Amino acid sequence: MTVCEPRLEVDAVHVWRGDRHVLKGTSLQVGGGELLHVRGPNGTGKTTLLRVVCGLLRPEQGTVAWCGQSITAIRGTYQLALCYASHEPALKGDLTALENLRFSLGLRRRIGDAELRDLLHRTGVAACADLPSRVLSAGQRRRVALARILGSEASLWLLDEPYTNLDARGADLLGELLAGHVAGGGLALVVAHQDLMLQCSIQRLELAA
Amino acid sequence: MQYPALGTRGVSVGTGTAMALILRRELTLSLRRPDQLLQPLVFFLIVTTLFPLGLSPELALLRAMAPGILWVAALLASLLAMEGLFKSDADDGTLEQLALSGQSLGGIVIAKTFAHWLVSGAALVLVSPLVATALAIPLEAFPTMMLSLALGTLTLSWLGAIGAGLTVGLRRGSVLLSLIVLPLAMPLLIFGANATDRAIGGDDASGGLYFLAALCVFTCTLAPLAATAALRITLE
Amino acid sequence: MWTWFYRLASPPYVYRLAAAFAPWLLGLAVLAMLYGLIDGLVFAPPDYQQGDAFRMAYVHVPAATVSVMAYTLMAVASGIGLIWRIKVGHAVAAAAAPIGASFTVLTLVTGSLWGRPMWGTYWAWDPRLTSELILLFLYFGVMSLRAAFEDPTRGDRAAALLAVVGFVDVPIIHFSVQWWNSLHQGATVLKFAKPSMAPVMLWPLLAMLLGFTLFFGAVLCMRLRGEVLNRERQANWVREAVKA
Repeated sequence: MTVCEPRLEVDAVHVWRGDRHVLKGTSLQVGGGELLHVRGPNGTGKTTLLRVVCGLLRPEQGTVAWCGQSITAIRGTYQLALCYASHEPALKGDLTALENLRFSLGLRRRIGDAELRDLLHRTGVAACADLPSRVLSAGQRRRVALARILGSEASLWLLDEPYTNLDARGADLLGELLAGHVAGGGLALVVAHQDLMLQCSIQRLELAA
Repeated sequence: MQYPALGTRGVSVGTGTAMALILRRELTLSLRRPDQLLQPLVFFLIVTTLFPLGLSPELALLRAMAPGILWVAALLASLLAMEGLFKSDADDGTLEQLALSGQSLGGIVIAKTFAHWLVSGAALVLVSPLVATALAIPLEAFPTMMLSLALGTLTLSWLGAIGAGLTVGLRRGSVLLSLIVLPLAMPLLIFGANATDRAIGGDDASGGLYFLAALCVFTCTLAPLAATAALRITLE
Repeated sequence: MWTWFYRLASPPYVYRLAAAFAPWLLGLAVLAMLYGLIDGLVFAPPDYQQGDAFRMAYVHVPAATVSVMAYTLMAVASGIGLIWRIKVGHAVAAAAAPIGASFTVLTLVTGSLWGRPMWGTYWAWDPRLTSELILLFLYFGVMSLRAAFEDPTRGDRAAALLAVVGFVDVPIIHFSVQWWNSLHQGATVLKFAKPSMAPVMLWPLLAMLLGFTLFFGAVLCMRLRGEVLNRERQANWVREAVKA
């Protein structure tokens, strides 16, 4: 079992949504230990780009490759290597924070309750572990989502507006987690409209209308 | 085989375990909303009540019409419940997470649909004796009736899963769902009502039951493919 | 030889091909239908059982056949669009659906008019008419689903999947309706007793069948051009074609 160099390559991707040409030949390369910050005005396709990289959306033209192989060929392995955090925290309101983590991370790898509680502790919401998610505040829900990202053990983090609803301490926490992930050799694609103050190498991609 | 660095270091999760986990998730969620579980069942009872009110309370007439009334009411009640299969997951973003979990989406869909059948279709089967009594169906016909309903609701859950996969996220999706699924479900109605009818008459109902079972097996084999494909189209 | 097949996946090629075919198909269709109608309505002898009423078959039977053929075409084109992601497939399916639905309505109307002299009512749950009615519902489902999506690409793919699923179900529906009808054989035999057709009655029927098929093809070509233009409206070739 050879371990490859983690590398994401997006090549000349075109996506049309109805009449709108949302992504016009977008290309990018991200290697291990790198973070790509995607910015742009509303409607320029930042979320669409993330969904194409995830593999949820097939581009009309262009390819996405992970470790040199097309993502359509290695779908299962690729999905285990990535973690996608969309705009919503993606929690079931009727499940507790702990159960939410158990049912989402539990599909990726065997994980015990002790480890799940530890993840919630690291993101500062240990007290919310047994509360149904619908009673949590927006900031707390975002932190539970962070716990999920942390627990996923993915190489590639795809984060869509992760700073939403986070207070200053939460933003610091996210910064630490990102920096730690990238320092450890991970990759990250972050869509954010604010500046990222992080101690790591940041590439920038500006999407224009 | 190349594995990406920093990939899942832990023990990977097999499809069977994943499906069991999804089943547990779905049942937990359903049981925490008992009101939503009861609604289709109450609808079933209400629709059945409409017929004596609209036709006549004469038991002989009701007994003659019972298979049709029972099955139409069951069909409509099941369709009402079907919309909820993917809707809540699509609304809060967890559907995407399931599609990106590294597990086969087909397996996840099978687990979800089966769990949905357990709390809606199987529940309908358990409630059917009440409805059958109201429609003057004799006790001897109950086993055949319940067996046919069990097979029928399972098949319908799969047809509904295809429809739900196609219409989740559409405005007025529930009307479209019924419009799409009901024509596909007509053979179900024919075989199921016939089996119940024969049982009421005291005759051998195995013809209808065999057809129903064949339809069920056929649907359970092919529908997961269609429902998964439908979800992928919706998620684009 | 396969290059011709690949060219069919190209929207501008199909656009020009359909333009070339349409007038020929229409002309031949009119000729075939004229012969069929004149021979069938005027010259063919009346049926010994049904008298002149059987002449409705000259419209009803070809319409029924074309309605099923159209659904098959729609399902196959949808499958091609889904599996190989060829957009022309979806355009063909979208073009064929309303035409097939119209032929289904024609079948039902002529069936109803035929029923009046035969059974005395305008509608009876004859197995063939019932199957046609369910087919109409399937057509409506596909057309409604396509229209319900704001993003036309996803609408196409969803409708395509439904068309394929419906196609798999059509034999099952047909069989179950036949079975249902055979169980409830009442005093009146409510089935379209197909008059055993002497050759002199058969030729006009075949001519009408050919005529309807060609007519379907002609209208399909015309609608297909519109569908292709609509789907490709951002492309350069469309601007050139519309200017011309």
